[in-house]
Amino acid sequence: MCGIVGLYLKNSQLQPELGALFTPMLVAMTDRGPDSAGFAIYGDEVPDGWIKFTLQQADAAYDWTGLVEALEQAVDQPVHWFANSNAAVLKTPAGEESVREWLWAERPEVRIMSVGRSIEILKSVGLPEQIAGQYGLRGMQGSHVIGHTRMATESAVTLEGSHPFSTGMDLCLVHNGSLSNHNRLRQRLIREGIRFETENDTEVAAGYLTWRMRQGLSLKQALEAGLDDLDGFYTFTIGTRDGFAVVRDPIACKPAVMAETDDYVAMASEYRALAGLPGIEQARVWEPKPAIVYVWERQRKEHAA
Amino acid sequence: MKTIDLAEHGVRVLNQQLHDQAADLSELDWDVVHTQGAHNIACGLNAELNLTVRGHAGYYCAGMNQKASVTVHGNVGVGVAENMMSGSVRIKGDASQSAGATGHGGLLVIEGNASARCGISMKGIDIVVGGDVGHMSAFMGQAGRLVICGDAGEALGDSLYEVRIYVKGRVQSLGADCVEKPMREEHLEELRRLLTQAGMDEDPAAFRRYGSARELYNFKVDNAAAY
Repeated sequence: MCGIVGLYLKNSQLQPELGALFTPMLVAMTDRGPDSAGFAIYGDEVPDGWIKFTLQQADAAYDWTGLVEALEQAVDQPVHWFANSNAAVLKTPAGEESVREWLWAERPEVRIMSVGRSIEILKSVGLPEQIAGQYGLRGMQGSHVIGHTRMATESAVTLEGSHPFSTGMDLCLVHNGSLSNHNRLRQRLIREGIRFETENDTEVAAGYLTWRMRQGLSLKQALEAGLDDLDGFYTFTIGTRDGFAVVRDPIACKPAVMAETDDYVAMASEYRALAGLPGIEQARVWEPKPAIVYVWERQRKEHAA
Repeated sequence: MKTIDLAEHGVRVLNQQLHDQAADLSELDWDVVHTQGAHNIACGLNAELNLTVRGHAGYYCAGMNQKASVTVHGNVGVGVAENMMSGSVRIKGDASQSAGATGHGGLLVIEGNASARCGISMKGIDIVVGGDVGHMSAFMGQAGRLVICGDAGEALGDSLYEVRIYVKGRVQSLGADCVEKPMREEHLEELRRLLTQAGMDEDPAAFRRYGSARELYNFKVDNAAAY
């Protein structure tokens, strides 16, 4: 079954409240996904030339200090960091590849959840309420956030099988449904240089978007290409550094409902998850149409003419 | 008038009180507030009462309805009035997928749009939609009438039996064995009645009629020999 939710703030004054607004949305989808939950939150952006890694290790007492010290020596660059429950967020001006290579070689027990300028992915096994509490979601700030509550069907209830997945810089995708051509597509994407951490079908969709956007396609164009290349049932909600998108397959068996006000755009598997948002009574509430790509993107000042 | 606050009492309490009315109809008018998109609001009613739902409702709202008259001031989720037997259900906003699915009787009015599979496997229900309907609407419809004042999505009326479909707007495509049929006086009269019942101010002459060509396997008398 699974539940997906997303909240994209149009009014930047609401950014301090992002976590508080989003937590009840995630918790409302517990009935659809009580096994594990996770979210990708965008905010606390690092300066130009820096990148941010979210790492996770099942052991809550993991020696992050030791990892950071060794990494700083290896890459000869500063690494700022903080721990959050069983995860750690590392910020560094070191190159993405050098950090990845070192982590794979020296700390294979650590899982890379996300890499980017703005994204942090946090997820765990358990009830959404418990996971939101574990990471302090309610107090988090940011511009947008997408989340997933999982009812496991195709693989075990483990951290590895928990959503969401990220395969590219600041890109994250949450999925309700199942893909039928993920095996063949994964092989094709591996040949194109996309790396996968799991055997999961959703990760293939994320990898597909990363590949298409690397080719120069916009988020909207990449999703439109996906309508041809991804076979199966899906409602996707996608986050990028500046964007937020929703798309459903042409058959549209998997539910989705959206709401928009001057302050935000919100998406959920069911309206129940939107019911607590401020101004929802006056919001435009609609069901996204099959095979139509809905995208919101903020324009950065440096891109302005 | 009895008002039930769903945020306070929940759906089970509401539905139990409504079901109790089947044995002893003591309260004619009911109001439901703070719906918060809850599922299964007013399922299985079996009394001639009036129920007003103030807010958006979740899945299966007014499912299996008999006799009651239900109005929702908001949108509804999947399967509104599914398997309705009699009575009427009016949605002031939009309806999600499978509205009126398998309905045997009664009238379902959706003032806004309905998503995919509106009236799927309908078996006698009448459905009037003020706006558009999504793909595969009236799929395998067996009996009843589906009136669409807006546009219809892909594969309208696929594998239809005896449902009559009236569409004012554009039909994106017809499903297997669904064809356009002439609007005779009896159809204009039937449509006029349905539009009046639904409170839609539309001219029946602006609609086209669609129905089954009766060419699929089940309609061929030669196939009777298979049994």
